[in-house]
Amino acid sequence: MATDSDQLSALVKQKYRHGFVTDIEQDTVPPGLSEDVIRFISAKKGEPEFLTEWRLKAYRHWLTMHEPTWAHVRYEPIDYQSISYYSAPKSKDDAPKSLDEVDPKLLETYDKLGIPLHERARLAGVAVDAVFDSVSVATTFKAKLAEAGVIFCSFSEAVRNHPELVEKYLGTVVPTRDNFFAALNSAVFTDGSFVYIPKGVRCPMELSTYFRINAANTGQFERTLIVADEGSHVSYLEGCTAPMRDENQLHAAVVELVALDNAQIKYSTVQNWYPGDENGVGGIYNFVTKRGDCRGVNSKISWTQVETGSAITWKYPSCILRGDNSVGEFYSVAVTNNYQQADTGTKMIHIGQNTRSTIISKGISAGHGQNAYRGLVRILPTAKGARNYTQCDSLLLGDQCGAHTFPYIESRERSANVEHEATTSKISEDQLFYCRQRGLSEEDAVNMIVNGFCREVFKELPMEFAVEAQNLLNVSLEGAVG
Amino acid sequence: MLKVENLHVSVKGTPILKGLSLSVGAGEIHAIMGPNGSGKSTLASVLAGKDGYEVTSGSVQYRGQDLLEMLPEERARAGVFLAFQYPIEIPGVNNAYLLKAGLNAQRAANGQPQVDAFEFMRLIKSKMELMQISKEFLNRSVNEGFSGGEKKRNEILQMLMLEPALAVLDETDSGLDVDALKIVAAGVNSLRSPERSMVLVTHYERLLELIVPDRVHVLADGRIVKSGDRTLARELDERGYDWIQAEVASA
Repeated sequence: MATDSDQLSALVKQKYRHGFVTDIEQDTVPPGLSEDVIRFISAKKGEPEFLTEWRLKAYRHWLTMHEPTWAHVRYEPIDYQSISYYSAPKSKDDAPKSLDEVDPKLLETYDKLGIPLHERARLAGVAVDAVFDSVSVATTFKAKLAEAGVIFCSFSEAVRNHPELVEKYLGTVVPTRDNFFAALNSAVFTDGSFVYIPKGVRCPMELSTYFRINAANTGQFERTLIVADEGSHVSYLEGCTAPMRDENQLHAAVVELVALDNAQIKYSTVQNWYPGDENGVGGIYNFVTKRGDCRGVNSKISWTQVETGSAITWKYPSCILRGDNSVGEFYSVAVTNNYQQADTGTKMIHIGQNTRSTIISKGISAGHGQNAYRGLVRILPTAKGARNYTQCDSLLLGDQCGAHTFPYIESRERSANVEHEATTSKISEDQLFYCRQRGLSEEDAVNMIVNGFCREVFKELPMEFAVEAQNLLNVSLEGAVG
Repeated sequence: MLKVENLHVSVKGTPILKGLSLSVGAGEIHAIMGPNGSGKSTLASVLAGKDGYEVTSGSVQYRGQDLLEMLPEERARAGVFLAFQYPIEIPGVNNAYLLKAGLNAQRAANGQPQVDAFEFMRLIKSKMELMQISKEFLNRSVNEGFSGGEKKRNEILQMLMLEPALAVLDETDSGLDVDALKIVAAGVNSLRSPERSMVLVTHYERLLELIVPDRVHVLADGRIVKSGDRTLARELDERGYDWIQAEVASA
């Protein structure tokens, strides 16, 4: 039997091989990864030579690497040869023609999240006027940004129009060899966002992937690069409030941030990829590398994330505090319900003098969810007067879930000051009863208590995002109690 | 208003209330006194619908409804309020936010319009003055870092806002100094009306000097063993509970 199935799978693979055509005109490639596929992607996107070579170098190194196994998550092995690494943005012809054609369950969720009608259509990928509404909105914003000298475009556009900036900064924060998933991303990334804020410019608005029309179709391997030049400020929102209806699918994104002297970057994420159903079937594997480099003096990078989606989350938005007096912040809410698993946290690498970092992590576990905080605070001997404060709280709903904390502290400088606080608590029956005695339903009481638990993180989010995050949390925890 | 008949309640299999009967008419204030462990707080918890109390027999009628059939939040929305002996802390949850949510849940259940933040502030202003609570108090987390006296005043503030038909005050006087006790009593007395009934669970008579009850009941070993007017409370204060227990034992 074993031989039979071996033969069968060989046959299947063979078929794929035969089906493989490096036709530049076609929109997808058959599953599988090879140098040919990478060359195809690069050619398809009309990339300059340096980038093709960069991808190939990443790929060759990736072949020598092993998938990390240290995270507190479990999943079936991923067959990297069964993934299709390039597909052009979906044609508008395949998209639903109106909201009537969209899954009603999806619409119900939008309703609960309070997403405006025209937004709903766009999120669901409806190819009608509603979409064009946001196109015109986006165009207006683009004009305003251009006036300020801000470059905000898709990664592909940046490669075409600003290759010198891309070449200068790409891979300088997350090198191609950084880790297994980052190497894979470097080899095959298809698109993403690019931001450049010129010297002394305070970006006139919050930049959001909402405004980017192609954001919905950027695919599994996104690449984002944000460069804040000297004395500039930018706040970037990465929102995926639409649950994506997908089978187990790998998302291996890379985000690189560079802050030069006196620059500030605030990066906020609300992640709600499809988490799988209540039995743990399906859902996204969200294996993301996010890192910011405080390259200049007095620079600041602040990460805020609300992670409610994905079947598995593996992500550690980090800060390299290279410049003297630079500041790194990490504020996180991670929710795991049903069979979701999260292993998330941050790394704060203190290199410069008087560098400061703050870590506030709130993990919420419900159902059979497993939630791990993993954080590294490393103080190098050069980081005189460095300071870190870490607070790591876990909240458990029910008795089938788990919360785990893995803090690593490595201080090699005597004058450094590192503080770590951690708590684990359950929503008590007494708290629930108290709220219910005041007239709240059990579900509302849970939501209120959980939102209270997350308040320190939510207050770091831009206003409109904070409301959305709160609603999202409520939806994510639906049915977690009672 | 409230009619408790032959109520038997067990906690984890241990009988606590053993045939308690109590009838409270509209507009009346009844005090339940008794030694520690007699079942006073159990009665308060059962009336509010707390989990973990098993009613083995008997009945509780509230305005003609079977109270025991209702969920805790349904009782609250129908006008049953419990002032907790130990108000619980809820970190991160804004004090005003919880109260406004409770008020609006009650109003929704009664077909009344919702109050917005401005209306809420208008309603609560004079009540906060009465309870001598400052404005910043509203923006703190529910009971977090409150002193014992602040927690109890907050309970009464909530009661003033929710305007219950039946208020059960569980040892609201415990841990209060004389000044705080006066503030709490003033709050409670301001709510006295012919439509509103109250059950004061207390260990000490001093509260009853300030909130004068219509009836006083002595609870011992899960039953009401003696009832009288306010003079009974004074007698208990002077003579303690032993004589009653002796009286019951010899009866």
